[in-house]
Amino acid sequence: MSASPNHPIGKSVPRKEGRKKVTGQALYVDDISFAEMIYGVTVRSSVPRGRITNISFAGDTPWDEFTIVTAKDIRDIGGENYVALILNDQPYLADEVVNHAEEAIVLLAHPNKYLLEEARRNVRIEYEELPAILTLEDSVDKKEIIWGEDNVFKTFLVDKGNVDEAWTNADLIVEGEYFTGAQEQLYIENNGVIAIANEHDGVTVWGSMQCPYYVHKALIKLFALPEDKVRVIQTETGGGFGGKEEYPSIIAGHAALLSLKCGKPVKIIYDRAEDMVATTKRHPSRTRHKTAVTKDGKLVAMDIEFVIDGGAYCTLSPVVLSRGTIHAAGPYFSPNVRIRSSAVATNIPPHGAFRGFGAPQGIFALERHLDKVAKAVGLTPDEFRRRNFIQQGETTATSQIIREKVDMAGLLDRAFELTGYHEKRQRFAKENEQSRVKKGIGFATFMHGAGFTGSGEVYLASVVGAEATSEGRVKILAASTEIGQGTNTIFAQIASEALGVDSDLIEVAQPDTANVPNSGPTVASRTCMVVGKLVESAVLALKQTLVGSGLLREDYSQSEFQEACRTHIEKFGPLKTFSTYQAPPNIHWNDEKYQGDAYGAYAWAVYVAEVSVDSLTYEAQVEDFVALQEVGRVINPVLATGQIEGGVAQGIGFTLFENVVWQNGRMANNQMTNYIMPTPADIPPIRVYFEENPYAYGPGGAKGIGELPMDGPAPAILNAIENATGVSFDHVPLMPEAIMENLTNVLHGITL
Amino acid sequence: MTIELPCVVNRESIVLNVHPMARLLDVLREQLHLTGTKEGCGEGECGACSVFINGKIVNSCLVPVAQVEGAEIKTIEGIATDNQLHAVQQAFIDCGGAQCGICTPGMVLAAVDLLERNPNPTDAEIRTGLAGNLCRCTGYIKIFESVVRACQER
Ligand code: FES
Ligand code: FES
Repeated sequence: MSASPNHPIGKSVPRKEGRKKVTGQALYVDDISFAEMIYGVTVRSSVPRGRITNISFAGDTPWDEFTIVTAKDIRDIGGENYVALILNDQPYLADEVVNHAEEAIVLLAHPNKYLLEEARRNVRIEYEELPAILTLEDSVDKKEIIWGEDNVFKTFLVDKGNVDEAWTNADLIVEGEYFTGAQEQLYIENNGVIAIANEHDGVTVWGSMQCPYYVHKALIKLFALPEDKVRVIQTETGGGFGGKEEYPSIIAGHAALLSLKCGKPVKIIYDRAEDMVATTKRHPSRTRHKTAVTKDGKLVAMDIEFVIDGGAYCTLSPVVLSRGTIHAAGPYFSPNVRIRSSAVATNIPPHGAFRGFGAPQGIFALERHLDKVAKAVGLTPDEFRRRNFIQQGETTATSQIIREKVDMAGLLDRAFELTGYHEKRQRFAKENEQSRVKKGIGFATFMHGAGFTGSGEVYLASVVGAEATSEGRVKILAASTEIGQGTNTIFAQIASEALGVDSDLIEVAQPDTANVPNSGPTVASRTCMVVGKLVESAVLALKQTLVGSGLLREDYSQSEFQEACRTHIEKFGPLKTFSTYQAPPNIHWNDEKYQGDAYGAYAWAVYVAEVSVDSLTYEAQVEDFVALQEVGRVINPVLATGQIEGGVAQGIGFTLFENVVWQNGRMANNQMTNYIMPTPADIPPIRVYFEENPYAYGPGGAKGIGELPMDGPAPAILNAIENATGVSFDHVPLMPEAIMENLTNVLHGITL
Repeated sequence: MTIELPCVVNRESIVLNVHPMARLLDVLREQLHLTGTKEGCGEGECGACSVFINGKIVNSCLVPVAQVEGAEIKTIEGIATDNQLHAVQQAFIDCGGAQCGICTPGMVLAAVDLLERNPNPTDAEIRTGLAGNLCRCTGYIKIFESVVRACQER
């Protein structure tokens, strides 16, 4: 073994860019300026669906000073007016028709921000309005066909055993229906980009984003340019959570269109109101469950119908639906499972990626429903789950055999011990009778797959590079972005561990499509497990090259390693090695049947929430939260814990705070003053625990964790609220008004 | 219409040439290139734009620059002295108080302010002391830990 000064994996190495961030030196896109740079804004539709009949430029705006871009300009440059992603149905700029409110129609640029704002208001767009579909229900019922032939972007069918025949063997059949609402990602840095475009050099974009190569792919089509004429550079990014997965392709295209036309750098930064009203949110969902069980509480069949509202264009809905579908049956074994799912169109701004990506919706419904089933068979929620937890060697809904060790019952025991669950259940039941504030404790058990679903990783074929520098340092070349989750730091730890050199010697290159290979998008809890593994193999290949060249012996010191790098570069020129994704053995996926190994690895978790519900003000509050998970090896405890805490806080927001109010297909409360996220005063203690069970194909044994914490809070909190109040709620966000309505009904003896 | 407006920014006396109604936030960022002060909401909700004016913490997105005539302003860039991080900044690094970092300048200032007013805050006092600053990444727990660590280090 090489002389490793310290084994950094498993240690809380401080965040690599931490100093820049705490001193205000980190440069986000709005902190960057170029000579001659001017500003761009977007003029958007005011109706949810309609035909554009006229666009006029009114008022006393000096229009000849403005750069104006419409769909016609895209035709004039021979570009494709769609955002290249999955179905290519979303235009960059609406042409003739609009399909949702706040759809981009006209772009304006000018050096003066204030004049620009006035000008935006002076663009008059007239419409012939068309009937619009504004809810998931109306879309499913086909009240109007607004997309394709049937309003359906995508459907999946997962079929295991024979559900239809299973009903007859059941002692009990329990049905339920559950809903989740939209949720705004609410990264504190709004979307923003700067573009420089001209005929000679092509298009260069700097911006806040998760996936530089998504933007790259989209701009190539928009400008009909060869790959090497489009360059995308990620700047420091102030949070993403999925909200900067697909959307940056749009704002980047807009800025670049303006820049190409005016010949100057163009910056577009959304303000909060525009970011909230116009960009993506979490897909609202409706899930129906029909479950057959034996009288001793064994699952016989699960029939699940899962529908998500995709908004006006397809965007990423099929992939969100896929993850939601696969997670909808949870970490339980049932011999018969059928999941029918669909993503449908409505005339509201497209919903998109948000941490969890469909899974939180399906898991919420399932965990709520299982409490109902448990009650119906006369078991406690925990005993019912214990009888049905999936065991090593059993199959999931997609018939994936769980080969790794899994011990959900053990996790549950530990979580109950950590929280005093049983004691509290008894105590609260007694105390609640006398007190105005009702207390409750509840939990959720769930799993989350890491990496792209099914054959996704194979198609992506991600690549990571490692480059030695003449100072004897190693630079990691990857398009995976640091968005706060710790990419830079864990990549350095993984490389440092593999090479046995100090993590300070590892640099992580700024994601820039001109300099880094495509390591795939920064999504799907894949950066650590999948891309991290590629980092490990790329640096090992680098070491092998040095050893193979005779410049380095197998057993080396750090200074010998540095010396070898220097000499190699002197003798042979630049030294770079690359590593390409290869699926772990025994991973098989059938895309047609939606069967097989949906994910290489799962994280397993039990979350416990303690709540109080005030029976006078109807306010529900989370008082304590324990998040216990098995995520393989933890690379960096402080960063990993921070990921879980942040995800739990977003989950609490999703459950009790964050209510998107829709008015005629438009978010009406698009401000931080009326769309409320949890503040420091709202967050309970969040106690995070890890069980470590190293995953053989993850770097140093790690699996993915980014999305996991979003799945558990909503069902755990609502289970706790049921424990506190005796009322079972079937939807989130759960606002005080809904609690009031139901609690009053209970008090007045009306059952719903 | 612009006016001449003397003030002190991060211990340096300057004279600004500004429109009196310009937001202090924009003046700091665009004229003085002090881009560590961030805009998260522009309406006084998130605290990303926090700065000190005469020792009092304010949201600079709500302050017309005319109000700072003769005032002493301190931004995140003025918190570390001679390359020596403030205890709060070091604690944020050690405890994981910064993730994406966009709320961090405001959070650091809010924590500095809290500790100046109350050198040994309780858990509840930390929560209320930082209640004007929003963070979407951390769930605040590591930020609370950072504040506690900074108290211990001082
Ligand atoms: S930008 Fe000033 S409080 Fe949010
Ligand atoms: S660290 Fe990202 S918003 Fe606070």
